[in-house]
Amino acid sequence: MKHWRFEVYDREGFADVHGKAVLDDIKELGIDEVTAVSSTRVFMIDGDFDEAFANRIAQELLSDTVCQECFIGRMPAPESEQKVTVIEVHLKSGVTDPVSGSVMTAISDMGKDVEQVRTARKFVIYGDITQEQRDLITKRVLANDCIEDVIYGVDSEPPSPHLSDYELELKTVELLGLSKAQLVELSKKMDLFLDEKEMLAIQDYFKSINREPTDVELETLAQTWSEHCVHKTLKSSVDLDFNGEKIKFNNLLKETVFGATQELNKDWCISVFEDNAGVIEFDESDAICFKVETHNHPSALDPYGGASTGIGGVVRDPMGTGLGAKPIANTDVFCFGMPDMKLDEVPKGVLHPRRVMKGVVAGVRDYGNRMGIPTVNGAIYFDDRYTANPLVFCGTVGMLPNDKCFKHGKTGDLVVVVGGRTGRDGIHGATFSSGSMTHEHEDIFSHAVQIGNAIVEKKVLDTLIQARDRNLFTAVTDCGAGGLSSAVGEMGEKLGVRVDLEKVPLKYSGLSYTEIWISESQERMVISVEPDKIDEVLALFSSEDVEAVVIGEFTDDKKLTLFYDGTQVGQLDMEFLHDGIPKYSRQAKWYSPNLSEPDMQEKSDYAPDLKKILSSYNVASKEWVIRQYDHEVQGNSVIKPLCGVTNDAPSDAAVVKPKFDSDKGVAISCGMNPLYGDIDPYWMALSGIDEAIRNIVCVGGNSKRIALLDNFCWGNCGKPEILGALVRASQACKDGALAFSAPFISGKDSLNNEFIMDDGTEVNIPSTLLISAVSVVDDINRCLTMDFKAAGNKICVIGVTSNELGGSHYYHVNGYKGANVPKVDLELAAKIAERVSEAINKGLVSSAHDCSEGGLAVALAEMAFAGDLGVDIDLSKLIRGEKCTRADIALFSESNSRYVLEITPDKFAEFEDFMQPLPVSYIGKVTQEKRLVVDDGRGNKVLNSDLASLKDAWQKPLAW
Amino acid sequence: MKQVNALVLRAAGINCDYETQYALELAGANAQRMHINELIKKPEILESIQILVFPGGFSYGDDIAAGKILANQVQHHLGDIVRKFIDDGKLVLGICNGFQVLVKTGILPGLAGADNKTQTVTITNNDSAKFDDRWVYLQPGTDKCVFINKDQRIYLPMAHGEGKVVTKTPEILEAIKANGHIALRYVDENGNTGDFPINPNGSMESIAGLTDSTGRVLGLMPHPERFVRKTQHPRWTRLGDDVTVDGMIIFNNAVKYVEENL
Repeated sequence: MKHWRFEVYDREGFADVHGKAVLDDIKELGIDEVTAVSSTRVFMIDGDFDEAFANRIAQELLSDTVCQECFIGRMPAPESEQKVTVIEVHLKSGVTDPVSGSVMTAISDMGKDVEQVRTARKFVIYGDITQEQRDLITKRVLANDCIEDVIYGVDSEPPSPHLSDYELELKTVELLGLSKAQLVELSKKMDLFLDEKEMLAIQDYFKSINREPTDVELETLAQTWSEHCVHKTLKSSVDLDFNGEKIKFNNLLKETVFGATQELNKDWCISVFEDNAGVIEFDESDAICFKVETHNHPSALDPYGGASTGIGGVVRDPMGTGLGAKPIANTDVFCFGMPDMKLDEVPKGVLHPRRVMKGVVAGVRDYGNRMGIPTVNGAIYFDDRYTANPLVFCGTVGMLPNDKCFKHGKTGDLVVVVGGRTGRDGIHGATFSSGSMTHEHEDIFSHAVQIGNAIVEKKVLDTLIQARDRNLFTAVTDCGAGGLSSAVGEMGEKLGVRVDLEKVPLKYSGLSYTEIWISESQERMVISVEPDKIDEVLALFSSEDVEAVVIGEFTDDKKLTLFYDGTQVGQLDMEFLHDGIPKYSRQAKWYSPNLSEPDMQEKSDYAPDLKKILSSYNVASKEWVIRQYDHEVQGNSVIKPLCGVTNDAPSDAAVVKPKFDSDKGVAISCGMNPLYGDIDPYWMALSGIDEAIRNIVCVGGNSKRIALLDNFCWGNCGKPEILGALVRASQACKDGALAFSAPFISGKDSLNNEFIMDDGTEVNIPSTLLISAVSVVDDINRCLTMDFKAAGNKICVIGVTSNELGGSHYYHVNGYKGANVPKVDLELAAKIAERVSEAINKGLVSSAHDCSEGGLAVALAEMAFAGDLGVDIDLSKLIRGEKCTRADIALFSESNSRYVLEITPDKFAEFEDFMQPLPVSYIGKVTQEKRLVVDDGRGNKVLNSDLASLKDAWQKPLAW
Repeated sequence: MKQVNALVLRAAGINCDYETQYALELAGANAQRMHINELIKKPEILESIQILVFPGGFSYGDDIAAGKILANQVQHHLGDIVRKFIDDGKLVLGICNGFQVLVKTGILPGLAGADNKTQTVTITNNDSAKFDDRWVYLQPGTDKCVFINKDQRIYLPMAHGEGKVVTKTPEILEAIKANGHIALRYVDENGNTGDFPINPNGSMESIAGLTDSTGRVLGLMPHPERFVRKTQHPRWTRLGDDVTVDGMIIFNNAVKYVEENL
């Protein structure tokens, strides 16, 4: 066996874009001494071949002979007048190297099989830097020490890839004799994240069967009972103290979010809150499903890997819904710290928000694009409190046939694991994501980071859908949090299941039976297959190079039984595993904070404020992000995330047309406003619902067929006031769902987003509720965008503008919070949504945009520069609520349920008539002159700006 | 009417196969999707096919470089068969990743008199170093490519991170230009070339697509299969009925050519 090393680099005269990108990042760190960076890819190949074949590999495979050179062996450091620093970044042993498999396949296409391929990245840094600067560059730009090792210079050896073999050693844990304190200690020691009450329940169970548990049994219980998997907080009973009033919930989720769905009892809801995604009717033959997940903690540690496995994980949810859905669209919503944060203000153990953002965007991009799923909708919010706890929400909409919406696995079916191999990656992900983060997490939980390989998942998807259409399996679920332990445990819940863990295909040797069982390695699905179909199943997957292996069988004993090499290593009763978790009762309180409105002077010109809002990170254009996502793959786009004359204005929502032969569409939107939550989480949640629905309505979605999803990301819910905010938001979800007749069909929560700094300070994220909405579009030809279409058209505002600047961006950019948070008039809001939706579907409207962050002024500005047409507004025509006398309130109030519509003169009479008796203000018209002009009705132009300067203000901040 | 058969070649990571099949069917072809493993086993299938399409995606994750592993696989298992397919007078279309494959197997630019097994052109990282999804105007640069209409400027979406066309030597670039191999150039709406974003990736000569010496092989970075109905145009809500679905020009021309010539 010979060890070969190849170094591939760009030939002189061809731009080294990776080196250039690294140089830019180094400059961003404030290190100006570096003058140039060159990057090299390193391939280390173990195989029996000669120099001639090595040359062929170098020339034909590894390098692009047009623009690259390949050096066989280890290149000496380049000679230079400047100081030269050589840094090599290798994957830690055991971390998946996605390129490795492809290169092995390619070499075998060339006629030789090789033993092993590993890759690394090498950087040569030119410039007189100190060792301290070198280490900073390594840590902040080049490598992530969770998954990568770094070597310096050209003499050090790369990390050894070799791992030892595993020999079975059955581990039992002494539990029966432990005291309460010792139980808690044990939970901590094993990273189980189980509390005293749960540990006692487990102790009781093992006392009742009269033996000590094995390690794998405890781990299985910890995974299955983790907050991440079982949502114990949302399902617990809660005593709420709301401004002194006591309210009791026996099961928070059932009585709020889920309760509304049950009460609405829509016949178009096919499967809600039970499968991996919520399923609703689409047409006579197909259904759509939608799931949104969070992947927050992993993204904080490794933004790229965390986000890519986040999207990879949520894609598997529709794939594991019913008998498998084909993904048709992805969504992404992120919350980060401020991107312009000073370097020395970044807390210890935390990555800079800009690095987090770049990494997260790249992760979603690389995984989503490779999967061939258009990423069509999203949002990004910035707040200091997200610095240590960034939030990464990823969603996937899928489509599946109506007759394949339910699983029907049965006793005797085989358990088959399909797709990626199992390694040590992601061990303890589910439990880890259920606890608070500290500055030491970076070190302790590096193994919780998972590594994605999109192409493996794409292959699984391609073959799984074929198998589904040939009726080859009876049930499917994805391996997500908790790995096989959760997936197989769930599938066998009502039956019982036996698994032979040594049969699970491994990435490398050395894994114990427990590691195999709880690993969260990506790209794995579990299917149940009738024995007489197994040959056809294995042949189908193998025909497209997807690994599928029988690892066990569903039984009828209602037990989970695990074997390794014939030795039983664990057995649990399904009933205890799934229902044995103790019931909790929790204390919550919410006392409305004592807040007041700021005293801001009236001004004669609000253009500077408008520009400040347009330039604020939350409002500013996200084009830099959007264009990195393929939002048109599958050819299904109807309303793209960017619209307008120059394809760069912000669409309210996305519409895709999932079937080639039908003009029916699916509208997808989101709503969220963490700023309101500081004032009142109840109105924050209702505002989010109202916003998501407005967005659906604006693009032409059917307001009567909207389904909602909730994603609660909250701080430490052990604290009654933080849980109180959660309860208030849950109540709002119920009220909103009922008012809009829009059921929640799926949800997920990520609690305990608290960061404990090295000085002990606790930082909780703002209470953050993401509402995602999905609706059917009856005829995509009626869809609408938000750009003004023609001069002379009339502009009207539907809804009432009130003095509701609390939590607004107008206050935010001026340094205030305020008190008058926007409320929702539930009865009126639903009527408006329905009527506007009908007006759009009747073809009466030319453009529609909702008023959200920045209020009416921002909505008008965006519509104007999107259409490259001016607008002339008379603010005195605006229908206002109480105390809404001032121009700034009218311009920037973020009152809910408001839509700005553009109507052509010939449809005006019909429109006017149709909207009766709702509050409609006819405030002005679209003009040819490219200016936004707003008169307060007394001849004062409170806004008079050219569109170019407004658009520039909006585009610049995030045009990276 | 003559039956036109098209084959859309799938592989691990290819992800534009369904919409490409649909576009071909809209143009009147009988189109099937097939995994490369199956074609390698039964290459004789190509005998009944007149249009072979390498669709877009990230074949094998674009590991090493975009399209490289698939190109290597084609070279070693299907190279002779695909070249014979072209010699038989049939059509080959490579879109995005498929274009990268055609270039990395040496099939494009396929200069007359040169062998079409050695790579002379590459498609590499965009100057912006980023994946970029945007719509671009394309000006045909030759009248010998059967897929395009010489005087008809078209508007298509592109979505790639590695789309910059580069030749190995200035002489090759000259030969490509002189012999009408530049099928499509990135231009603005008036037909003028320019810098970013008009030329979105920094391609030499603003090259967006190349054809071979026969004119029956076309590779292009933009995606014609993503513009086969009005409502895919980014401004369809502004334009009313004033939209031609430019992507169909390429598929219609291909089918028409087969009907009339094969």
